[in-house]
Amino acid sequence: MDTSFSAEDIAFRDEVRSFFAEAYDDELRARLATPATFKDALIEWQKRLFKKGWIAPGWPPEFGGTGWNATQKFIYETERSAAAVQDVLPFGLQMVGPVIYTFGTDEQKQRFLPRILASEDWWCQGYSEPDSGSDLASLKTRAVLDGDHYVVNGAKIWTTYAQYADWIFCLVRTSTEGKKQQGISFLLIDMRSPGIKVNPIVSIDGKHSLNEVEFNDVRVPVANRIGEQDQGWTYAKALLAHERTAIAAVADTQRKLREVRQFATIEVNAGERLIDNPMFQKRLSDIEIELMALEFTELRVLASVASGGAPGAESSLLKIKGTELQQAVQELRMDIAAHYQGLLPSELSSEQIGHSFANDARLDYMYGRAATIYGGSNEIQKNIIAKAVLGL
Amino acid sequence: MNFEFSEEQTMLRDSVARFIQDNYDFDTRRTIAESANAINSNYWQTFAELGWLSLPFDEAYGGFSGNAVDTMLLMEEFGKGLVLEPFLATVILFGGMLQKSGDAALQEQWIPKIIDGSCQGALAATERQSRYEFTDIATTAKPDGDSYVLNGEKVVVLNGFNADQLIVSARTAGEQSDSRGISLFLLAADSAGVERLGYRMMDGQLVANLVFKNVSVPASQLLGELHGGYGLLKSTLLDAKLALSAEAVGVMEALNAKTLEYTKTRKQFGVPIGSFQALQHRMVDTFMACEQTRSLLYRAVCAVTDQKEEAEAEVHALAVMVARAGKLIGSEATQLHGGMGLTDELDVTHYAKRLMMINATFGNGDYHQAKFNALRYSA
Ligand SMILES: Cc1cc2nc3c(=O)[nH]c(=O)nc-3n(C[C@H](O)[C@H](O)[C@H](O)COP(=O)(O)OP(=O)(O)OC[C@H]3O[C@@H](n4cnc5c(N)ncnc54)[C@H](O)[C@@H]3O)c2cc1C
Repeated sequence: MDTSFSAEDIAFRDEVRSFFAEAYDDELRARLATPATFKDALIEWQKRLFKKGWIAPGWPPEFGGTGWNATQKFIYETERSAAAVQDVLPFGLQMVGPVIYTFGTDEQKQRFLPRILASEDWWCQGYSEPDSGSDLASLKTRAVLDGDHYVVNGAKIWTTYAQYADWIFCLVRTSTEGKKQQGISFLLIDMRSPGIKVNPIVSIDGKHSLNEVEFNDVRVPVANRIGEQDQGWTYAKALLAHERTAIAAVADTQRKLREVRQFATIEVNAGERLIDNPMFQKRLSDIEIELMALEFTELRVLASVASGGAPGAESSLLKIKGTELQQAVQELRMDIAAHYQGLLPSELSSEQIGHSFANDARLDYMYGRAATIYGGSNEIQKNIIAKAVLGL
Repeated sequence: MNFEFSEEQTMLRDSVARFIQDNYDFDTRRTIAESANAINSNYWQTFAELGWLSLPFDEAYGGFSGNAVDTMLLMEEFGKGLVLEPFLATVILFGGMLQKSGDAALQEQWIPKIIDGSCQGALAATERQSRYEFTDIATTAKPDGDSYVLNGEKVVVLNGFNADQLIVSARTAGEQSDSRGISLFLLAADSAGVERLGYRMMDGQLVANLVFKNVSVPASQLLGELHGGYGLLKSTLLDAKLALSAEAVGVMEALNAKTLEYTKTRKQFGVPIGSFQALQHRMVDTFMACEQTRSLLYRAVCAVTDQKEEAEAEVHALAVMVARAGKLIGSEATQLHGGMGLTDELDVTHYAKRLMMINATFGNGDYHQAKFNALRYSA
């Protein structure tokens, strides 16, 4: 047991820190925070990371990964969160990329991976359907073979950023024989294909990131299928565990907790700083203690992955605890905003209104409700742990 | 002992329920929330015609002389419909304070206008720095001949943007958080030197910051005693928290009913999700939370109606329960709706937002728990 950093680790940490300080400038921050410029700003940031060679820490070096060890990955993630640097979009880099380099043909790798790394294509994830959420394997979007094309019909829902996407990776039904998990195929579909329609869904925070995507006789070349026909579930499952580990966002939550602490030193209630109030201190330390534990749980999972294990059911633990703690911090931040909580954006400045973070707290809190739902809801994660870990 | 409502009370409740049923479907509510003033003035007139705006006022002024039970029944139904019209601000806060002040001249002038719907009011008590501590007042009122001159700012004033008349808490003596030295003034919202900045909150309310720059108010507009506004302010805000808690129970009940219905109809894995025991237990928890809150509501309402000594502590206890149950019920409703629970289109998310906002209005759970502790456990 040794969790201290070596001199090399510390040098690496300093390098990461100074890169973020330089490359992630205030102008970029401002553009990322503005809906109208968000997309271009994010692509620009990803291109800067690509140039630096740090766009895909999780990928094997031969496909463009960094070759970092587990400690370096941990340091990178911690520094990224501490500096409040936006994570890259997961859909290409963390979701479909690994599926392509693991299960794709050489031609698919050459065609898609460089463009994913360089952020030339914006990807979205087409799994969920109106009637197939938790029970994803019951999905009904049909793909019927017609010569060297599939003809796709059906609808996907909750598709994040489909409105910006160039490509969508989809699970589709190619057979209704046998178990529902069999008969699913993994297709890469060009969003400019005729027959695709994207309908916006406004979410609880008043923003537009969610969509419904309709497919009407969309023709998809068979060459865009990953792996074997009817075997798509196997490929998708392999990637879900990675998705869950990413959702835990321990380092991000630690930063937000530090922010909350900072706010609580400024807020004063009847002459007493909030941070000095015993009731508030208890709420804060309840969260902090859980988070201290989770940080080490995450390290244990990372270490076991580094020594050859795949993140399995432990990733469910990370997801459940990680998202619960995210929400606890979001709730605390709302409480600190007190009578200002629930503030919507307006033409007035925050100086006129008299509060600096209430609107951000609301956005974070509201969208934060999703974290216990997407990536497999927390109830489903508990079912997984009960079955896979506890043997129930 | 009985928990029955009188015939009159049942009629009142049914008439509010019917109004909401007929006039306040979710799309209509959305249209109201998004309109310039975030209220429907025709509805406000209807409230007046139905007698609702006269509920707590003395018969001498044309009021109904209702009690806390009447207010509770009305607010609970308002909660079920997520009603936006400013009953709380006008009738409970502005009107309630006027009624308690014992100032016959001002009562005679304004209560009939509240009752006929021609005057909307607001209580401007909260400041930037005050959080939930209503004694933390930096706004000043300085004597100037027969008048007072107001300077300062109030924030997040409920109905502050639409109100015709305001009651403003100001410091006339003492230090910033002293309970002595608070005075209350009634003035027209369009008085010279009053600036209003309206903005919207996530539960559809249009609130305002009010800036007072050398606003001159005649001494006759002083409500209650000079320096002695604390008691009036405290008891009015407790009434408001009680009314908000009744509204919260209505919201909780509606939310639980909607979620229960959803878990019975939404199918995954070939069965309704309500058939999963893991979810059944959570539905039971939210059901129990609502029932427990209702019990405390009745308890506090009885204590207030009977003017019991413990009434104050009971309202604090209720507010703690409303905070706790509200958070549970709101977040469970969202979670059990899955992706649907994250959409703006679904009414469920708006009920959940209202519960959060109720908790943040006039003291959250922690605030009221500290007050409760102080009353119960401090010497
Ligand atoms: C903000 C957001 C972004 C998303 N982005 C994407 C995306 O980009 N691409 C994509 O494909 N999908 C996306 N999703 C969809 C997400 O994966 C689904 O919402 C999720 O799988 C849940 O499915 P559902 O919404 O149909 O809920 P349901 O499956 O209907 O679940 C409703 C409730 O029942 C519970 N439940 C269901 N089954 C069980 C059980 N067996 N035991 C106990 N409880 C159960 C659930 O936990 C939930 O609380 C996104 C969702 C959200 C909210």
